[in-house]
Amino acid sequence: MGIIKAKDVSYQYIRRDEEDNIEDVNVALDKINIEVEKGQFICILGHNGSGKSTFAKHINALLTPSEGTLWVDGLDTSEEDKVMSIRQKAGMVFQNPDNQIIASIVEEDVGFGPENMGVPTDEIWERVIRSLKAVDMWEYRDHSPNKLSGGQKQRVAIAGVMAMEPECIVADEPTAMLDPLGRQEVIEALHQLNREKHVTVILITHYMEEVVDADKVYVMHNGKVSLQGTPREIFSQVERLKELSLDVPQVTLLAHELKQAGLDIQDGILTRQELIDSLPR
Amino acid sequence: MFRELTIGQYYPGDSIIHRLDPRVKLMGALLFIVSVFLASNIFSILVVTAFLIAIIVLCKVPLSFMLKGLRSIVLLLVIAGIFNLFLTPGTVLFQLGFLHITDVGIKNCIFMIIRMTYLIVGTSVMTLTTTPNALTAGLEKSLGFLKKIRIPVHEIAMMMSIALRFIPILVEETDKIMKAQMARGADFESGGVFKRAKSMVPILVPLFVSAFRRANDLALAMEARCYNGGDGRTKMKPLKYNQSDKNAYALEIGFVALTIIANILYNRYVSGLFANMLGV
Amino acid sequence: MSIILDKVSHVYSPGNAYETTALSNVSLKIEDNEFLGIIGHTGSGKSTLIQHMNGLLKPSSGTIYYNGKDTSKKDFPRKELRSKVGMVFQYPEHQLFEPTVFEDVCFGPKNLGLSKEEVDDRVYEALKLVEFPEELISASPFDLSGGQKRRAAIAGVLAMKPDILILDEPTAGLDPKGRDEILGMIDKMHKKTKNTVVLVSHSMEDIARFVDRIIVMNHGKIEYDDTPKGVFNNYKELEQMGLRAPEITYLMNDMLRYGFDVSSDVTTIEEAKKEILKLYGIN
Repeated sequence: MGIIKAKDVSYQYIRRDEEDNIEDVNVALDKINIEVEKGQFICILGHNGSGKSTFAKHINALLTPSEGTLWVDGLDTSEEDKVMSIRQKAGMVFQNPDNQIIASIVEEDVGFGPENMGVPTDEIWERVIRSLKAVDMWEYRDHSPNKLSGGQKQRVAIAGVMAMEPECIVADEPTAMLDPLGRQEVIEALHQLNREKHVTVILITHYMEEVVDADKVYVMHNGKVSLQGTPREIFSQVERLKELSLDVPQVTLLAHELKQAGLDIQDGILTRQELIDSLPR
Repeated sequence: MFRELTIGQYYPGDSIIHRLDPRVKLMGALLFIVSVFLASNIFSILVVTAFLIAIIVLCKVPLSFMLKGLRSIVLLLVIAGIFNLFLTPGTVLFQLGFLHITDVGIKNCIFMIIRMTYLIVGTSVMTLTTTPNALTAGLEKSLGFLKKIRIPVHEIAMMMSIALRFIPILVEETDKIMKAQMARGADFESGGVFKRAKSMVPILVPLFVSAFRRANDLALAMEARCYNGGDGRTKMKPLKYNQSDKNAYALEIGFVALTIIANILYNRYVSGLFANMLGV
Repeated sequence: MSIILDKVSHVYSPGNAYETTALSNVSLKIEDNEFLGIIGHTGSGKSTLIQHMNGLLKPSSGTIYYNGKDTSKKDFPRKELRSKVGMVFQYPEHQLFEPTVFEDVCFGPKNLGLSKEEVDDRVYEALKLVEFPEELISASPFDLSGGQKRRAAIAGVLAMKPDILILDEPTAGLDPKGRDEILGMIDKMHKKTKNTVVLVSHSMEDIARFVDRIIVMNHGKIEYDDTPKGVFNNYKELEQMGLRAPEITYLMNDMLRYGFDVSSDVTTIEEAKKEILKLYGIN
């Protein structure tokens, strides 16, 4: 079994009125089947309201399936006594960098997770040092988070998760509120952790450029997985992505339009170099 | 206007005072307050002054930075000073219409201003040299005994440190919302009390909405990082006394003792002397 | 309705340890009916700059003229300036506060002291301009989706009928669909009402697609003030400032290096498509 396995996972948000009668049922996830292998870099795409954030919260057991089962490293997230070990195995980075930093000093924030897990003091320090160095934030250890840029704050948040020594990091639109420079910093930090520390990364985003280097991409739409495959397979389907109101990288879009105009170009162009190489001479 | 506030701020540094255990500093601040109120004459005031100067020198925070905190309470000091000066009964020295200044009035006024100033400067040494988190950790540990009577000390301390973290964020947010509403023609400056209070609604509603959203996000983020209350938690920076902390405790107790001794000495020898000189 | 900034500087917390110069000696003229883009990395002074344009900030030195009038003069109608220069801040939905969308959009025009009928007219007009769904007009702004909230908030500014509309990253945090809708709506409105639009954005692609002229801010100074093509030709210098050119500009430069006979000052997909197809004799 992979590190994360979702089998027919469904989830409904139920809204009730004052008398506890059901007012509205909103199906956020509809029979999701996803399996992630250890060490992979996975991206989940989808527009707002497609269910991708709801799914992310399931991996961390912040939500549990209404139907179906989700396993994290073999542990069923529905079993209450497993919740703490699941949260330790699958750490989570959220969208708003300000609203997930708890402490007033960078290093103390990174130590927060290990403190909660009851890790001995000396080891907390070792983990904090290692994690801050891994995201290249060591020199800011005694700074106040308020003085950092968005990208730096998100890297602190990633370090905070790394200090819990998880198998897997789920990042729920970690770049949505950042400027291009910050976005690049955060995505690079995640790739580096994946490469060097072999942490499984599940990146949820709607920026297509961030998806290009992933091992596998899932596209969600109305609570369902509507496309899956390698980035190249996904981006070969420009028309379908447009239907799902998603973007494609600029180069991919240009290649697609050139092909439609009659040029002999292959599908699923991802980089400038690929486009230049495939232009007829 | 918020930027001027230095009370409660932390001034990064690595002085002897910075390195002390927060509990030592909390106790020190408490004993300092006691001493300031005990000091009722020139002798004991000198003792307190000497102690205050010593810690100001030791903490290496620029005096100008510390005094900035005083600026916001100057008005308060002046008003309290005037009340003391004119409304204290005693031997009248000057008379100006119905206002009169007495010898006791002058003495009270001077003592009051000295006490208030010392209190602010003395306690700000504590907050300037201690990070908010260390301070709350110190409080949590010092008040740990209250847990036995079911007071959730850890939770209160956690709330305090989170509040400290979010105050600057919310201040900035208030500024942003205010500007956004001003751009829509809102007017916060003119009109009577009632109109002004009403004009705050466009700021307060978005501010509350945002605070609740942040609280919600933060709760999720804390849960995701295995937070489960105070039980079973370890500490990254556990509080441990070392030799200098013990020495500091001894000094603090010595200081209070010295203030009391100075009071006794004054009362026994000097005050009698003055009385004789004045022929009372 | 022009705005002229003449040697404007702005210093935050002067004379104190936190003193920072956010703008230094900026001179700029915004013409009527133009679509102006402002780019620059975080902290380059963009936000400070735009807040001077409607009088929310006052320059530490220098002068700002609105319609030829000095805005620092005592008799200058500052309140009028704020209504004539509409400002949509980042995440504008955070300023919504009334129980219904309708009432919230009323806030601006009401503050202008207009009659009830005039206010209502303007509110409907503004909501129509942003293509806000009619059936949601009396809904609570807090029950709307992210994109709808933002439209409502933008309508709140449009209802003041500004001659100049300034938008600070109006698409931040939206998904691609929401982004395209908001930008498309702004562009359509600009073409229809011929108002002046100032767009602050981090997306070079969006800037290249819509604006006539770009201001590049760096360390509180104007580094470039030119057409998109003129600015993006300096992509190497832009990178030094923590910015980029659109991906397409990089592609064209790469193609040149590989010996393709294309022009390097291409910034949008449309132009690139034409340029490449020309190589193969397809139109």
